[in-house]
Amino acid sequence: MISRVFINGLDRRGYIFLAILAAFAVAVPVLGSTGVLPTYTVSLFGKYLCYALLALSVDLVWGYCGILSLGHGAFFALGGYAMGMYLMRQIGARGVYGNPVLPDFMVFLNWQELPWFWFGFDNFAFAMLWVVLAPGLLAFVFGWFAFRSRVTGVYLSIISQAMVFALMLAFFRNDMGFGGNNGLTDFKDILGFDIQANGTRNVLFLASAIALGLGYMICHAVTTSKLGKVVVAVRDAESRTRFLGYRVERYKLFIWTLSACMAGVAGALYVPQVGIINPGEFAPAKSIEMAIWVAVGGRGTLIGAVVGAFAVNGARSYLTGAAPEIWLFFLGGLFIVVTLFMPHGIVGLARDGWSRFARKRPPATVPGE
Amino acid sequence: MSEGDVVIDLPLSQRGALRPASRARTDVVQAKDTILYLDGVTVSFDGFRALNALSLVIEPGELRAIIGPNGAGKTTMMDVVTGNTRPDEGTVIFNDAYDLTRLDEAEIANLGIGRKFQKPTVFENLTVFDNIELSLKNLRGAFDTLFARLGADDRRRIDRVFEIVRLGDRRGDMAGSLSHGQKQWLEIGMLLSQGPELMLLDEPVAGMTDAETEQTVSLLRDIAREHSVVVVEHDMEFVRNLDCRVTVLHEGSVLAEGNMDSVQQNRKVIEVYLGR
Repeated sequence: MISRVFINGLDRRGYIFLAILAAFAVAVPVLGSTGVLPTYTVSLFGKYLCYALLALSVDLVWGYCGILSLGHGAFFALGGYAMGMYLMRQIGARGVYGNPVLPDFMVFLNWQELPWFWFGFDNFAFAMLWVVLAPGLLAFVFGWFAFRSRVTGVYLSIISQAMVFALMLAFFRNDMGFGGNNGLTDFKDILGFDIQANGTRNVLFLASAIALGLGYMICHAVTTSKLGKVVVAVRDAESRTRFLGYRVERYKLFIWTLSACMAGVAGALYVPQVGIINPGEFAPAKSIEMAIWVAVGGRGTLIGAVVGAFAVNGARSYLTGAAPEIWLFFLGGLFIVVTLFMPHGIVGLARDGWSRFARKRPPATVPGE
Repeated sequence: MSEGDVVIDLPLSQRGALRPASRARTDVVQAKDTILYLDGVTVSFDGFRALNALSLVIEPGELRAIIGPNGAGKTTMMDVVTGNTRPDEGTVIFNDAYDLTRLDEAEIANLGIGRKFQKPTVFENLTVFDNIELSLKNLRGAFDTLFARLGADDRRRIDRVFEIVRLGDRRGDMAGSLSHGQKQWLEIGMLLSQGPELMLLDEPVAGMTDAETEQTVSLLRDIAREHSVVVVEHDMEFVRNLDCRVTVLHEGSVLAEGNMDSVQQNRKVIEVYLGR
């Protein structure tokens, strides 16, 4: 697979995407440092990059495997919490209460010692391991039971939504040990660098862009492999695939777990850039919105997921500033319009437009391209 | 391998890897020297007996046609054999060794039973070539396919299938763009690529033109030289042309069995078909 990505390479569309992403990753921090773009905009774009990676992970399960997840926020938030725990431990004695070990909210709750599940999170590598492991394990267990019992379609969507809702309720409780309602915040350092400093922000931005690029390459390699074809076969004719001798549930489990790990990485990069992680990230509405990003961009195309995440979140940033009261109506309307008139999203629209344009001209394309 | 062969099998080195767990091995003695052995199989759906103590024996290398009016249990019989439906009672044994009632669809498929659905079911958003590639008898694990590369041997096996089902010039097209008859052939090609010992075909000529039907008859008779084949069909002319043993199902059990002429003269069969 690795050789498929780095030697056999991507298709032309993939190279164009990576080139644009690279240009974006360099241009935004440079424009930010020279003062052309306000710091606020730089961190906004950094957030979009994380959302794009998250959208990619939703597209992998929905667009390619036909599993509509309405609970991907769970994996995103778990990755975010793992990063948040590391950042909390980094604060050390600089908290309001000055306790060198316990985060402020634990002191406030009169806890005497660190709960066992917080051990090791002062170590960056350990925390990063859990960024991937926590969502991965949850997805594996959830998927193991759901796919083995052949829960599909709308039923799976509903239980994925129930999962994220249950997690939200759990994380709201102070007893859980994750800061309850307020979540984890007031971060100071990451790897010893001031998290507010422009240099650190630029590096985080760059890391998000690199993660998105790698996520794209992994998704590309997976979807163009033979496994990718089996997964599409499962999406379109599940029982046919079974009668050919494929264990459908294992393929779903693989894609589902991989997708959850990617969502976790997106969450981990998101948290230091926004400076907070709280149970609001588990809100069911957020998970539904992720599906909308993918639908708007065009599911079943990797680029579509990225385009959708940027387009919808761009519109949100603009509208919540310009006319906050219409944002939710806009989002709902957008979903209806896309479902009715743009089944293949923005990317599908662009593709149809291009082929109509190309048909009007004499055929100049190289066959076998 | 001679030119007329329709055997598309896995490279020797990988054979055996597809054999399922030994837990399904059985010691039912009557099943000796049969490819498929059904005894007293009963399936009820909400009180309706789709199969009623059905007993049926298919011998290795046999071509068998199964006919019967709607609701006779033809498709349910296939569902039971392929693991889609669990029988309430009865014995189902494949190759006088494996108890099919204890295996799931994928395990049964990997044992060597291929099935063609009544409505042609191909992967419409994959190319014709990909459809065949996925069907090829190869390792089926998720990680096997993640790292799989298409070898020269695979290409040879795929070309062989295209020769048989004559879809070679459409290999790059999406399967969804094929005509109805072509999809039927593609699905038969997918079955062949699976390299099954037993093929179950549910109405393989439905929606085909007369010329296509004729070609399908000769194709099936070719295939039957190397595989055991069970065909469920409504088209009497087609069944007659197959020139094989015919089983008539009625209300979930066997009504008559024999060659086409004897079956058509059977009084019970005439009653069932002409109405009471």
